[in-house]
Amino acid sequence: MGVGTILKLALRALGRNRVRSVLTMLGVIIGVAAVIAMVSLGAGAQQQVANDIASMGANILYVSPGSSKSMGMNRGAGSVQTLTAEDADAIRSECPAVRWVSPMVGATALVVFGNQNWSTRADGANERFTDIRNWPLESGAFFTEIDVRTAARVAVLGHTVADNLFQGVDPEGQTIRLRNLPFRVLGVLTRKGQNQWGRDQDDTIIVPYTTVQKKLSASPLWVNQIMVSAVSSRAGYTAEQEISELLRQRHKILPGREDDFFVRNLSDMAEAAEETQKTMGLLLGSIAGVSLIVGGIGIMNIMLVSVAERTREIGIRMAVGARSRHVRLQFLSEALVLSTSGGLIGIGVGVLVSWLMAGGLGWPVLISSPSILISVLFSAAVGVFFGYYPASKAAALDPIVALRYE
Amino acid sequence: MTEPALVQLRDVHKTYRTGDVVVHALRGINLTIEKGEFAAVVGASGSGKSTTMNIIGCLDRPTRGRYELEGRDVTNLGRDDLADLRNKRLGFVFQTFNLLARTSALENVELPLLYAGVPGAERLKRSEESLGRVGLSGRAGFMPSQLSGGQQQRVAIARALVNNPALILADEPTGSLDTRNSFDVLGLFQELNAELGVTVILVTHEIDIAKCAKRIITFRDGHIRSDERVAQRIDARAAIAALPPDEEEEQAAESGEPAAARALRPAEGRA
Repeated sequence: MGVGTILKLALRALGRNRVRSVLTMLGVIIGVAAVIAMVSLGAGAQQQVANDIASMGANILYVSPGSSKSMGMNRGAGSVQTLTAEDADAIRSECPAVRWVSPMVGATALVVFGNQNWSTRADGANERFTDIRNWPLESGAFFTEIDVRTAARVAVLGHTVADNLFQGVDPEGQTIRLRNLPFRVLGVLTRKGQNQWGRDQDDTIIVPYTTVQKKLSASPLWVNQIMVSAVSSRAGYTAEQEISELLRQRHKILPGREDDFFVRNLSDMAEAAEETQKTMGLLLGSIAGVSLIVGGIGIMNIMLVSVAERTREIGIRMAVGARSRHVRLQFLSEALVLSTSGGLIGIGVGVLVSWLMAGGLGWPVLISSPSILISVLFSAAVGVFFGYYPASKAAALDPIVALRYE
Repeated sequence: MTEPALVQLRDVHKTYRTGDVVVHALRGINLTIEKGEFAAVVGASGSGKSTTMNIIGCLDRPTRGRYELEGRDVTNLGRDDLADLRNKRLGFVFQTFNLLARTSALENVELPLLYAGVPGAERLKRSEESLGRVGLSGRAGFMPSQLSGGQQQRVAIARALVNNPALILADEPTGSLDTRNSFDVLGLFQELNAELGVTVILVTHEIDIAKCAKRIITFRDGHIRSDERVAQRIDARAAIAALPPDEEEEQAAESGEPAAARALRPAEGRA
């Protein structure tokens, strides 16, 4: 018997019990759909986290001032000012694992343009800000090293600020006022959206850090933070070590004493977050896999019922010359048709569900072809595995007993 | 050298063990059936006739003794070899027809060819021929449920014939049929036996049916009690003619359709 004949017979046998066949397939359909939906959901979440991390910047590290202790009371991070622009320069020139460095000084400011005003953060940085944060301009230009050196009154606007102050007006070249000082707008940054913690990253204006130090802030000496970009995503840890060593030296911290600064490595966080998502994805996938196995047990159950019901048919087939192998093949192919067609329908359902869920959650849809391939192969394997026992049971029947079966 | 007997049973014993009880179904059967014979096997239930039929039909193996089919010792063949013998050398007709439900007459007839590995086109041709031989060419696409009992048994006979078997084993083929259809089926066997030389072994417990055969073998308690030629053989066709006319059946015969099939049809011609 050719494959075509076997397949035709299997389809016809299953067609005789259409409702039952569909219900049996449903187990596999749900199983495969669940696997695909869960895996793609997990991958989507992972991608989302990766995107969030990437939006923070390229291989970024933050150096912040440490905590101070006065009379045994730890006053928390940033409670002292320990970092200077010179520290930033030293990091750039002496740490090989570091590519770019920018001192950061922040101030809150009311920004005024014409009769519009907007309260926001003024972030002081140097000309490397866009490189480190991996944040291109939408229009105009960023300020230059000369602007930084001369503490020029120039500003680059975050998108939210530009939207609120310049309704329909091209901001480039316009003059805004910050604490009553005129600033020339050089350009507007692209829209970045919320960060992982829900803060609107576009609600900011970027000005040279020297300008903030001299014109907007009370302390012209210190910087709030040093933003560092490592040479590669793998260099984060090395950069962290180099910076710590350098700053301990510069700050003359004796061995055994605590650092007066913190180095936060975002790529570590990113890795941890991605690892968490991967584990979640795996967990969801394996739970879905269990449902696929349950679907397989459903197939076995129905095949056993079918073998019992069709004992007489098996007897007739044996009487007219079917070998055991023919009977086994017949039932095995029925199980295989059930599981594989269930698997194929399940793919469709799974892809659909993935789209719907991803749409609802605003995540990227990542339907991986390996997950589809694996589900189909797995469902076929489920068919063979759970179909084998009933099929062998059918094949082992004694023709005389089977013929007499009522 | 003379041609070997078609069926040769030598001192065949069969014992079953059900729990602690040992049942001696056959206690030394010696039986020879030549090619072209038409033998009827009779006996009470439990006399061993069904067991003998199962052994001859390669569905079962003797516990002791020897069985030769067409001169070949098949006593100790394996499952698959027996399946092949049933497929190629034997045809079965059962009391309950044993057609596959929801499968057309033609496909039922095709079944043995399917397992014999006959290619599709030839399968179709031979199945149609076989259906034609039993007079059911026009019913090829009918499901068993759309056929009368007599027609179903004819389909079963067509299935038994399709592989050109050496021997047809009919186990109470008339047990589920009325007298007219019984003689009709027997008439078909007589015809096949006479015209095609098909060897038939028929199990029955109706003496009128047995007398349609050429030889009657009587079983009792696992032995063959008597084995004799039929002195006054009944011609099944003549027997039908002698039956009182049945109006319903007559009409069915004329229109070429069973009463059941007509009842299913909307009564278009009657208005």
